[in-house]
Amino acid sequence: MAYTSVRGGAEAIAAAERLIAQLPTEPDEALLELRQVRNQLRAAVDQVMGEGGLYAPDLAALALRQAEGDMAEAAFMVRAYRSTLPRLGYTHPVRGDEMLAVRRISSTFRDVPGGQLLGRTRDYTQRLLDLAHQTSNGGVAAPSMSLNGQTDRAGYQDGAAEGPDLPHWDGRVPKVSDAMRAMRLIEPLPSSTDDTEPVDITRASMRFPVGRSAWLQAMARGETGALVCLAYSAMRGYGGGDHGTIADLRVGDLPVRLTHPLTGKPMTIGHIRVTEVEMTGRTRPREGDGKRQPPYGLSYGLVFGQNERKAISMALLDSALMAGSSGEGNPAPANDQEMVLYHTDGIESFGFVEHLKLPHFVTFGSGLQVSLEDAGVNGSAPPPSNGRTKDGRASVSAVGDLVASSHGQAGAS
Amino acid sequence: MIAPPAVAVTNGAGKPITGYNYAFLDELSKKAIRRALFKAVAIPGYQVPFGSRELPIARGWGTGGLQITFSLIGPGDVVKVIDQGADDSVNAVNIRRLIERTAPDVGTTTVTAEATIIQSRHRTPELPLRAEQIMVYQVPLPEPLRLIERREAETRRMHGEADYSRMWVALYEDIVRNGRITRAAGYPALVHGRHVMSPSPIPKWDLPRLHMAANLSLFGAGREKRIYAVPPHTSVVPLAFEDFPFAVERFAGKRCAICGSQESFLVPTPSERGETFYVCSDTAWCFDRARAQAREDLPR
Repeated sequence: MAYTSVRGGAEAIAAAERLIAQLPTEPDEALLELRQVRNQLRAAVDQVMGEGGLYAPDLAALALRQAEGDMAEAAFMVRAYRSTLPRLGYTHPVRGDEMLAVRRISSTFRDVPGGQLLGRTRDYTQRLLDLAHQTSNGGVAAPSMSLNGQTDRAGYQDGAAEGPDLPHWDGRVPKVSDAMRAMRLIEPLPSSTDDTEPVDITRASMRFPVGRSAWLQAMARGETGALVCLAYSAMRGYGGGDHGTIADLRVGDLPVRLTHPLTGKPMTIGHIRVTEVEMTGRTRPREGDGKRQPPYGLSYGLVFGQNERKAISMALLDSALMAGSSGEGNPAPANDQEMVLYHTDGIESFGFVEHLKLPHFVTFGSGLQVSLEDAGVNGSAPPPSNGRTKDGRASVSAVGDLVASSHGQAGAS
Repeated sequence: MIAPPAVAVTNGAGKPITGYNYAFLDELSKKAIRRALFKAVAIPGYQVPFGSRELPIARGWGTGGLQITFSLIGPGDVVKVIDQGADDSVNAVNIRRLIERTAPDVGTTTVTAEATIIQSRHRTPELPLRAEQIMVYQVPLPEPLRLIERREAETRRMHGEADYSRMWVALYEDIVRNGRITRAAGYPALVHGRHVMSPSPIPKWDLPRLHMAANLSLFGAGREKRIYAVPPHTSVVPLAFEDFPFAVERFAGKRCAICGSQESFLVPTPSERGETFYVCSDTAWCFDRARAQAREDLPR
């Protein structure tokens, strides 16, 4: 019961721990199997892995069940677990066109090299609650609906009919951005690979201004809602960058490659499911700069799992941050590195907002002494310019009044 | 008078957790944090950026202090954890339990003099610390200039050039508007004559006890990813003007309702009957005094 440090904090939190140790199930209700969470709440698992910064579907499912579906809490558990794992090595970079895509769309051209695959999406479905299944235990799982195998690539391509006559789709498709490079619409790739070590914000804290690798990493771990909020603000005119058309959005599996410790050769140790977005848009002509620049720019988003709104938001903000770095115009929140990167980490923002639940009576009391002296209710003379007051007795009711009135002011402001 | 509790705090710590490294963090992470600590000690009051790790305690709930504690503790250490001065405040209990569960050979205590490391939120113990004791403060906002300049890149420049003019102007404007400096807890101070530092939200009462203290004080801000330090025998001078000197909180004749103290930081506590009484925020100090008084009162 006792919440402050009066006495009994240990008993209270032990009791709270006993209460959360049991999930709120009814007597005849089975616990969700982790497999059910992993498969049937796949979007939640993907979001938790992304925000938790750890690709681990089973752990994310465990966290979600333990947190009773609280996404922030589940992502936090995964992040905390991540801190206990040593960094053993680094994977090789992979190109996005190595992805085995289960879904691929582009909004820049009617037809794109490699074709489009709508795949599993709710984009063009009608969001009607399936009321017929309200009282049953839901529908029957499609027997072939494995989300990890080949089957979820059997989708719907460019209006082709469903069924065995599906056009060939091996999952590997060229990038629209490469086609745009061939058309000289966007800058060519650098002739040599840039071997600059990318920033790792989990090993060294961000020092502003940060480079692009730092902000991309930060946003890949960012909170979905926060990124959507800022990206949306940029789209509505609060800053923003150049880029507003999706050149490539793909969901699929990327290989994870390491150097084999004995042979020294790269080897694939597994695949991760990711969403990758490349956005393009017209660059703003720069004044005074005699060089001709390509008319379009490119920005990038990559997140764990299938989380398209986060990947698109990340690409929009990548563009907005690039515009902010070039120092053009009047920076809006979405153009401001510190604004975007400090405030989109869900673990940090929810932690600090909720820390207000902790006792604060020392800081509150310290401020209260100042207020009491100012108000003269502590028996002290108001504004003592020499820092000294005469002693006196406080009126007990006056203390209460002042606390009440300062609350009132805070509420009104 | 209110009677102090008869027994010391117990944690109900429960079983050690399995599947985790000693003191939670992996050893390479602890090493990286210790390197940041060395740098912090070498440049008193300077905020050293570090690769802050997530802990199973939420951001803003003491992760900076706890990362320092985790990277320092080992067998033979005795840790005391306080929040608002109290050993049994919920968050202090939770942090101490995590230390006990992940580092089972580390002792814990509520007795200030017994501790080798004291992790604290918002208070410095009333009892002066010895040279071999380490104070670890949990810091929510390490940047003393943040409220006058929101951009990190700019505050770093200001620290780098010791350009604290806007800070002085802010304090001056406070006097112009309010007749005095109205800042309370977390009062800014100049460390070693060079860096302006936030002492974390300790009351002004505690600030003079950082000055030339015998012990090492370490400050950890987990969410903001900064570590800083006040080494032993280092000057910590509150920012103030000659004609508006720094002054600690005054309690205008109040005394603690438990131990009768008039020489400790008191916190007001409204009762259900409408009265307000004051008690020491440092519970270990308060209960020690009260128990000593109770012994003296016993018939011999």
